[in-house]
Amino acid sequence: MDVMSQLQRQWLEHSAFLRKEGYLDDQFEQLRKLQDESSPDFVVEVVSIFFDDSEKLLNNMARALEQKVVDFKQVDAHVHQFKGSSASIGAMRVKNVCIEFRNYCEAQNLEECLRCAQKLQFEYSVLKTQLEYLFRLEQQIRAAGG
Amino acid sequence: MIGAGFVKIETEFPAFSPFFLWRVFHKALVLLSLLRSCGLSQAFKGLREDSHIYRCALVRMSMSCELSGLTGRLPACFKLKTATEPSHGPNSARHWRRKFLFLLLILVALGSICFLSRFHGRTSRVKNKTPNSCKGKAQILLQEFNISGNHLHALASLFSTSDQNEMLSETLAFFEKEYCVSFCTFVKASWLLLVVAVSCKMSGLLLKLWRNQRKKVINQPPVAQQQQQQKQQQQVHSPPKAGKWRKKLLLVFVLLGIAMSIWLFWYLNEEIVLRREETLANMCDERARMLQDQFNVSKNHVQALAILVSTFHHRKHPSAIDQKTFGEYTERTAFERPLTSGVAYALKVLHSEREQFENLHGWVIKKMETEDQTLVQDCIPENLDPAPVQDEYAPVIFSQETVSHIVSIDMMSGKEDRENILRARATGKGVLTSPFKLLKSNHLGVILTFAVYDTDLPSDATPEQRVEATLGYMGASYDVPSLVEKLLHQLASKQMILVNVYDSTNASSPINMYGTEITDTGLLHISNLDFGDPLRKHEMHCRFKQKPPLPWTAINASAGLLVITLLVEHIFYAAISRIEKVEDDYCKMEELKVRAEAADVAKSQFLATVSHEIRTPMNGVLGMLQMLMDTDLDANQLDFAQTAHNSGKDLISLINEVLDRAKIESGRLELEAVPFDIRAGLDNVLSLLSGKSKEKGIELAVYVSNQVPEVIIGDPGRFRQIITNLVGNSIKFTNDKGHIFVSVHLADEVLGAPNNMDEVLRQGLSFVQDNYDKPCNSLSGIPVVERWKSWEHFKKLSSRNSMEEPEMIRLLVTVEDTGVGIPLEAQSRIFTPFMQADSSTSRTYGGTGIGLSICKCLVDLMGGEIGFVSEPGIGSTFSFTGPFRKGEKTSLDATWQQYGPAVLEFQGLRALVIDNRAIRAEVTRYYLQRLGITADIAFSLKSACSYPSSACNTRVSTNLAMVLIEKDAWDKETALLFFHSVKDHMRKITKEVPINRPKIFLLATDISPTECSELKSAAFVDNVLIKPFRLSALVACFQEALGSGMKRKVNRKKASDLGNLLREKRILVVDDIAVNRKVAEGCLAKCGAIVTCVESGKAALAMLNPPHNFDACFMDLQMPEMDGFEATRQIRCVECKVNEKIASGEASIEMFGNVAHWHTPILAMTADVIEASIEECMKCGMDDYVAKPFELGELYSTLARFFENG
Repeated sequence: MDVMSQLQRQWLEHSAFLRKEGYLDDQFEQLRKLQDESSPDFVVEVVSIFFDDSEKLLNNMARALEQKVVDFKQVDAHVHQFKGSSASIGAMRVKNVCIEFRNYCEAQNLEECLRCAQKLQFEYSVLKTQLEYLFRLEQQIRAAGG
Repeated sequence: MIGAGFVKIETEFPAFSPFFLWRVFHKALVLLSLLRSCGLSQAFKGLREDSHIYRCALVRMSMSCELSGLTGRLPACFKLKTATEPSHGPNSARHWRRKFLFLLLILVALGSICFLSRFHGRTSRVKNKTPNSCKGKAQILLQEFNISGNHLHALASLFSTSDQNEMLSETLAFFEKEYCVSFCTFVKASWLLLVVAVSCKMSGLLLKLWRNQRKKVINQPPVAQQQQQQKQQQQVHSPPKAGKWRKKLLLVFVLLGIAMSIWLFWYLNEEIVLRREETLANMCDERARMLQDQFNVSKNHVQALAILVSTFHHRKHPSAIDQKTFGEYTERTAFERPLTSGVAYALKVLHSEREQFENLHGWVIKKMETEDQTLVQDCIPENLDPAPVQDEYAPVIFSQETVSHIVSIDMMSGKEDRENILRARATGKGVLTSPFKLLKSNHLGVILTFAVYDTDLPSDATPEQRVEATLGYMGASYDVPSLVEKLLHQLASKQMILVNVYDSTNASSPINMYGTEITDTGLLHISNLDFGDPLRKHEMHCRFKQKPPLPWTAINASAGLLVITLLVEHIFYAAISRIEKVEDDYCKMEELKVRAEAADVAKSQFLATVSHEIRTPMNGVLGMLQMLMDTDLDANQLDFAQTAHNSGKDLISLINEVLDRAKIESGRLELEAVPFDIRAGLDNVLSLLSGKSKEKGIELAVYVSNQVPEVIIGDPGRFRQIITNLVGNSIKFTNDKGHIFVSVHLADEVLGAPNNMDEVLRQGLSFVQDNYDKPCNSLSGIPVVERWKSWEHFKKLSSRNSMEEPEMIRLLVTVEDTGVGIPLEAQSRIFTPFMQADSSTSRTYGGTGIGLSICKCLVDLMGGEIGFVSEPGIGSTFSFTGPFRKGEKTSLDATWQQYGPAVLEFQGLRALVIDNRAIRAEVTRYYLQRLGITADIAFSLKSACSYPSSACNTRVSTNLAMVLIEKDAWDKETALLFFHSVKDHMRKITKEVPINRPKIFLLATDISPTECSELKSAAFVDNVLIKPFRLSALVACFQEALGSGMKRKVNRKKASDLGNLLREKRILVVDDIAVNRKVAEGCLAKCGAIVTCVESGKAALAMLNPPHNFDACFMDLQMPEMDGFEATRQIRCVECKVNEKIASGEASIEMFGNVAHWHTPILAMTADVIEASIEECMKCGMDDYVAKPFELGELYSTLARFFENG
């Protein structure tokens, strides 16, 4: 029981931390609300889709930016997608970087775009780690019978 | 002159100062009164009553702070004011001060001129005086000239030119001196003038300086309110200090002025006295010198006589002189001694020689009678006693004829004479006696005695030697009074002074030799007289005959100065006290301003808070009402609840409108373009205002022409606002027994031929007046103004280019009332903000006068025109035009759906309207027509009696479902008659008891509940309809009466949660992003929907190709390959084709899943909810949008619109 409550406390603290630090926003809570008996792993499913998508997009983006003549429209499309998906799961920081990224795409500023791409990569990896940790906690809770 | 100047000031001064004061006071008063009455924002308006621009700015400001709390504009306005305000005040003050200074200068100039002229008078008087002495001097000079001898004449004439020059230069010098004196006075006066002017200027300058400081203080923008308050306090405290200081300065000035005038008096008086003394001294000295000179001349002659006697009597033997010779000679030379009354020669006779002497002359030496002075006049030598024995005698041997009586008298026997003789022979010089009464003449006189010596004595001879050598004595008597008299006669201005001559040998008791008794006239000058006798001292005392006159010059001058000072002081005092007063007022105003500013800020905050606070509970009220309406209510209750709900919504929108007004003012208002039902909108407006109109007993009606489309596209809020304002305005100015009639027509109708017009318009245009023998065809029968005049001047009414935009329609709305009307002189400013017909209007009718101006703004904004016609006592008609677009009826089914079943229910029914007024009947018919009821009109109950029978068409008769009788046309007996006729008719046709007998409704504007229930219980009347009508009320009432009205379940079963709404609905989600798809799916699935996801526009197109079974589609906008817009367009295109096919019969409905009309609701999913993209969504055929990511509440409200009915 002690382990259980500790895990739960950890989970609460961590999700509060994610909220506080702006990694996640209300949308994530909404997703969590959608999760019920009929779809017990809804959030995890969505997030894993998000991860898959994101990695693909990030790769595409990186490739697009490596071209000699950068097709900013192409990059922008990727970023837009990334923005949409991140908004859907409520990854606020990633979304904000995307917004910034799109501005530079519009301005066709390669330097800043590269910087943003890096930033995006960074934010994404941080988010991924955090969420994975959160899900791990959840799994542990579930395993513990919560 | 000073008096005149004063009067001038008195008259001029009030002429300018009240003007200045008026401004300040007016401002203060306006401020105060406005503060009290109209609220703070308007009070600011009062601060700047001058210009319209300012007012506009302020109005705007007041609006903005009043309504939206846009405080950003507020400080700007205040800054503007603070910048302009002080610059204005001092301006007029400066102007005023300049005037004041100018006047002061004039006054001082006048005063100084007066002063100078007086001085001039004085100096000229002095001038008059001084020539006198000058003349005297000249005389003396001339005399001297004459005396010096004729042989010098040639020489004199040689010099005369130079002498004349001298004289001239003397006189010139004199005049110069005079000039100098007057110049000095002038300088003094001008100095005074300068001092006054400088003090004037200085005070003005100081005031200005002080004001500038103040201005600086004011001009500094308020850094913080607290600081400002501190400054304010400073300002409040500083003026009294300054005032005190100014008053002190004034006091100093006054004291200085008084001191100056005293000093001036003293100075001038002193000068006068000095001048007088000088004059006296001059005259006295001059007289003394003349006396002395003449005396000396005589004395010399006497001495010459003595020498003559010595020469011709003693040296000659025998003597060449006897009494006769001597007498003759002396008589003949008497002119040389004008001052002597006589001369005599007495011989020195020793006692030893007495007898011999007596024998020789043949008479006895007689003693001078000294004991009895009274008898002097009859002094006869013969009567005198012989002289007593003495050592020596001095008997007179020769004498002038005039004094021949003293011959033989011993001079030594007289005490005075003896002393005199003794002194004379001892000194060898002429010796004078003290004055005594002369023998015989009885005048006071002196005797001059010279000793005659036998040998020429050396000048340093001792007295003994002189006594030894003495032979005789020459004596001359001087008659002093006549002497002086003669002398004074020669001099001018003898009237002016009084001369006394004293022998002052004995200083303690001088003997008066000449002159009357002393009368003390103040000034006295004493000149010493030297008659050549060192032992005797004589003095001449001169006095002015008159006492010195009062020194009027000095008095006038100083009084003038004093008056000027006091006058200046008075003026300054008045000015200062006025300035103080003005400053006080200014301070008060400043204080009020600060308070008003603070209050204004507080008010904006209050407004913001309150409007928020009102909205919150109102939402509660509305929510509760909405819930109440969802419960099981009967028709009436539902109507009440709906009315309450609508009123609440109106209240909310009113609060928003209040905020909107600021937007209108600032030109930031944008008009919507949404479809709306104009008739329903007008119904709402009227029902909102019906409470007020009922209170006043005013009939309120609306009529919309048939030609006006049911749905138009425009800004319903603004349209309603204009109507509300106009009708509200009309209600305000209309008293009982009147009506207000709103009619809406197409502009084309008005322009068209009268035949095409509907009844209402024709009557409004008075084209049908001849057809009816009624005094007036207005709604209430009260005469109204000619409506068409109100749109007479509209330009756009006729110049509408309908070819360009066939969709466009121009509505002409008129609001007609039977109010008090607008006075002719006020009609020009009726659309100006805050301008009512006159100031008494707001008192009588209330209101701010902003309503009409807002109407004008809104109409202008819409691109329409507004106008009015008004006649005092008859009423006014306002009309406006506005362009709208025709709307499709379908785009508003939601609104119509409310009445849909009801309308269908009443479709095809017939009604009979009994009303004695055509227009009113038309209005009723208009309502019935809206419900699909065909109405016939009868103008009286009697004519209506024949209606059922005359209606040959049986269909008409059977369908006659209701009879609406206007209360005015109601009368019990006829109604009964009519009722029976209807019944009979029914029975005749159907041959059975009519179940469906026509229902009878009474139409009334105002009816008491008792009356209502009475009528109902009499069973004549099924129900009473209260005007103004509302369609919903009408429907409810008809339903109730006709029995067909089952409790409506429409809208009642509104799915209260999304789950019910979406349950089992098939929904297609189109998004290229997997995460989004998943989320949307999850979200919708949660609500029970069956969700299908596709990831591209193309896939969606395939899925939505009819027939399909999707109920709705959520479409992402940005997708690769085919975006949401394109996909939607194509889907709509496909749907359209299918629909056409079905419609044309090319394809059967069965082919497309038994759906006659394909239109899948497509909702855009978009992250950026901006106007442009939403518009684009609508353009390409989407139905609505939802913001991404989904929010359950929003999703519900959006979807509800689509699934509610389905």
